[in-house]
Amino acid sequence: MTELERRANEMRADIVRMIAEAGSGHPGGSLSCADILTALYFGGVMEHDPANPQWEGRDRFVLAKGHAAPALYAALAHAGYFPREELMTLRKLGSRLQGHPDSNQVPGVEVSTGSLGQGLSVAAGMAAGLALDGRPQTVFALLGDGECQEGQVWEAAMFAAHRGLDNLVAVVDRNCLQIDGNTADVCDPGDIAQKLAAFGWAVRETDGHDIPALVEALSAAKADRGGKPHAIVARTVKGKGVSFMENQAGWHGKAPNAEQTQIALADLAALSGEGE
Amino acid sequence: MVQLANEAERAVKRATRAAYGATLAELAAEGLPVVAVDADLTGSTTTKKLADAGYPERLFNCGIAEQNMVGVAAGLAAAGHVAFTGSFAVFGTGRAYDQIRNTVCYSNLDVKVAPTHAGVSVGPDGGSHQMLEDVSLMRGLPNMRVLVPADYAAARSAIRLAAATPGPVYVRMGRASVPAVYADGVELELGRAYVLREGADATVVACGVEVEQALKAAEALAAQGVDVEVIDAFSVKPLDEGTILASARKTGRVVVAEEHSVCGGLGSAVAEALARELPTPAEFVGMRDVFGKSGEFEELMEYFGLGSAAIVEAVERVMAR
Repeated sequence: MTELERRANEMRADIVRMIAEAGSGHPGGSLSCADILTALYFGGVMEHDPANPQWEGRDRFVLAKGHAAPALYAALAHAGYFPREELMTLRKLGSRLQGHPDSNQVPGVEVSTGSLGQGLSVAAGMAAGLALDGRPQTVFALLGDGECQEGQVWEAAMFAAHRGLDNLVAVVDRNCLQIDGNTADVCDPGDIAQKLAAFGWAVRETDGHDIPALVEALSAAKADRGGKPHAIVARTVKGKGVSFMENQAGWHGKAPNAEQTQIALADLAALSGEGE
Repeated sequence: MVQLANEAERAVKRATRAAYGATLAELAAEGLPVVAVDADLTGSTTTKKLADAGYPERLFNCGIAEQNMVGVAAGLAAAGHVAFTGSFAVFGTGRAYDQIRNTVCYSNLDVKVAPTHAGVSVGPDGGSHQMLEDVSLMRGLPNMRVLVPADYAAARSAIRLAAATPGPVYVRMGRASVPAVYADGVELELGRAYVLREGADATVVACGVEVEQALKAAEALAAQGVDVEVIDAFSVKPLDEGTILASARKTGRVVVAEEHSVCGGLGSAVAEALARELPTPAEFVGMRDVFGKSGEFEELMEYFGLGSAAIVEAVERVMAR
């Protein structure tokens, strides 16, 4: 296991622990995007400075799928934005770690999210704002595939292509599940890559759990200022890394009990080669 | 006391929306990082004037997509710009309410929601387009401030004030041309109400186009020997409760007038303050929980009981209590 894979796995264990401690939260979609966040924050893709969250030279990240807050909190804590112990305060009264990210409380969170469909518009506005000032930074947004059922996503997709926002990179966490079941059964978003391409985006598809492939795709998108916004459709597994959560819609928004938590952590430890 | 329009200024009718783009261009020329984000209505809202004044790169037309308009404005604000949104009030608030709530207000971003064509001023377009619940929607949002200017000069001041005030601000502008209340170049303050006419018998608290109607009503009542105090509650939120309560303490009678639903707007804000601090008989002039309909602005003001005659009647009612 590489260092980045080990990091992703540790983040997954933190995700499981903090949701179990909170007694509620969204493990499925947090686990599915842990490798994407690892690539962004630890794979050398994003310029950022945990000691100075408001550093002007930073690239921006918008978690459009705000319910994956535990994954973002884990990434930010591992990066050093705040202490890892604080993760265990998730969703508790008095904690900065709200159920969905609050930019006024958590260092490293650029904008509050949680109401689906809005993050891509905000990321597009950030990209337009940076370009207006002649700044070279890149804006990354992470969307859920179920989120792509929101009409505003496509308003933003049209806008970003129309404005030629090539400093914008949208990653779609294509885990094919949402609360009510398979995305294809609930209301099929279809071929998201093809749809975004038809809207005028430069689209890449990749294995969302292959960290080197993610780093390569994200870096290539970041470097390409060819006049089109970038999308990376990342094929993922909801609940990735936890045997009983993988590909189970029922684990979209449910905390594991004590016994399930032990199994989940053992699964993740086994993946890291640390038998328990 | 704030300077009121002279006779020559009163003779010129202008819409509050006409101040929008012109003032944005002024702010840009002064070096402020203002941007406007509109939704295919840059001519109607006048945000196009920002581009025409030499700042085309600062005007973002999202097409007919108001939710994206608000989100893009939020992103521009997060990147350090002072972002004004456009569209008509009905779409610019109602259609994008969740975006204003969850992205703009919850993140406390420097977005100024400043749509035009509010209230019955949009006239012949009819009830679908006449936004009469926007103040109620915006007033209920944490972090949001609400400004309802009475005329062109007040609208210019409101736009400048919104730009200078960090965080979300709502500015409500109309389509109809209305006479000047204030002198050109007037500078109004956030959280202040203005006593435009002093009186001892009853207090009329108004905002927006109702300020002119309230002043007219006060003239008519003066002829009947009734001495009415007229207050412009231009800053609906934060509301200048001190000025309003002081007047209510003096007159003991209150009428609130707004070109907006009687549910949740200025009337509710004033009633909340009175009920808590100084229970006072009050009457409310506004849309009585109904949708609008097609007609000319002046016709609709009369039809729905929003004109000076309705304010006179409300004062008479409250005096009789």
